[in-house]
Amino acid sequence: MLSFLNELKAPITNGLLLGGLYGIIGIGLSMIFGIVRMVNLAHGDLVILASYLSLVTMTFFPISPLLTLIVVIPVMALIGFIVQYCLLNRVLGKGMNPPLLVAFGLSIILQNLLLLVFTPDARTLMTSISVKTISLGSFLNIPLVYLVDFIVSLITIALLSRFFNRTYMGKAIRAASDDEGAAQLMGINTRTIYSFAMGIATGTAAIAGVLVGMTFTFYPHTGPEYLIIAFGVVIVGGLGSLLGTFLGGLILGLAQILGAHFLGAGFQLLCGYLILLIVLTFKPTGLFAKG
Amino acid sequence: MAKPLLRVQHIEVFYHDFHALWDVSLEVEKGLVVSIIGANGAGKSTLLNTIAGVLRPSSGIIEFDHKRIDGWMPYQMVAEGISMVPEGRRIFPRLTVLENLEMGCYVPKARQKRDQVLKKIYELFPILEKRKNQFSITLSGGEQQMLAIGRALMSQPRLILLDEISLGLAPLVIKNIYQTVKQIHSEGISALLVEQDIQRSLKACHKVYVMQSGKIRLEGRPGELSQEDIRKAYFGV
Repeated sequence: MLSFLNELKAPITNGLLLGGLYGIIGIGLSMIFGIVRMVNLAHGDLVILASYLSLVTMTFFPISPLLTLIVVIPVMALIGFIVQYCLLNRVLGKGMNPPLLVAFGLSIILQNLLLLVFTPDARTLMTSISVKTISLGSFLNIPLVYLVDFIVSLITIALLSRFFNRTYMGKAIRAASDDEGAAQLMGINTRTIYSFAMGIATGTAAIAGVLVGMTFTFYPHTGPEYLIIAFGVVIVGGLGSLLGTFLGGLILGLAQILGAHFLGAGFQLLCGYLILLIVLTFKPTGLFAKG
Repeated sequence: MAKPLLRVQHIEVFYHDFHALWDVSLEVEKGLVVSIIGANGAGKSTLLNTIAGVLRPSSGIIEFDHKRIDGWMPYQMVAEGISMVPEGRRIFPRLTVLENLEMGCYVPKARQKRDQVLKKIYELFPILEKRKNQFSITLSGGEQQMLAIGRALMSQPRLILLDEISLGLAPLVIKNIYQTVKQIHSEGISALLVEQDIQRSLKACHKVYVMQSGKIRLEGRPGELSQEDIRKAYFGV
């Protein structure tokens, strides 16, 4: 029994750490889904766009990918703001389909733009962090980059939650997501608020993109893969709370790694989706949905 | 009579093809409580929503303090000094009581005096201070209505629009709420009140408009209008 548990230590730790990364990938999609009531199909591509932006920054300044966040986050936030303000706000309130199509179009444009500029070659954000492992106790070696992913995600979530609970804009974003009409009557320009919310969501996509780039290889067309992971996180975690989304990421990560451990690497993705099916069947609103 | 703060002149409002308001004119004088009464579907709420900027008149003029404001967005109206307590309260359920109140003074100008105004509102509704850290969904109906009124007052409006504030509340609670309307008036804030309850409304206001089928049928001071006239205008007979 003890040896069985010892054997499981590594996959559980890895699963949880990977789950932290999944959480940060999902948080932007969850935010926009909850606040603007819109499915941002371009979310995965925005994540990958951030990976490439980090790559470009690194060619100009020989710094660690994590430091490129200083550039990548503001740029991505600005892109998100502009996309919402100039494109998506125009189609809001016109039914479910128009925003979906605009986001889908954006996704296709981004993928092909990246293909045009960066060629279809595999890229990665090279850093010494990516190859190191650290040992926790005598039995457990974990990749350092996973630990970094997890910590950065946790910090981001903590900062976001502070923002939403402490600042006027954060509260206004929550108010607009509760009742757009009433928020307008309070003097809140909800369209501007949505644009800021999208800016923040793409800001988290920037962080996710840099972490993804440090952890895995990426291509111009990897975006949809991460969109699906983000969807999974949102389905498992449910809408309404940042922590719920993060926990959703942990569960998905854990399911994948444990599935791979018991059934073989080929079953990693399948096990993740099985968890989705189970959650959708028994608690379609997600495990940690509020209100 | 005092100078008009709000002047609505000959406005027409449509919901798509439906002609909701026909040539409606109305004035709210500075510091007065004016009420609009009428049956369900008479266009009372439509009129308030148009003044608040939620709906746009297709023709006609709305002036607030000698400034034309028709066609403005709701958030511009709030900044100008018009604040609305919407029908059904529409508090933010997943925000706390205090956060709801804070949203009321979202407009930068109002935010400067936040603490002062908050203190006043806690004096007006002590229960809100007691419950300030609770999620607003946990409040009772009457408390939610107080919160909705307090929230609208946080923007320090010159004109407050009150839409059916007695709807679905117990008589005793309604009495309390109308007490506060008096207090609001004594602070020098003008009020435009929409109500289905004729007697309640007549007692609270200085001037009344009776609406029926999207038109104003009768206007005057409550004391000067006979019950018979009001009833006729109300039911359109």
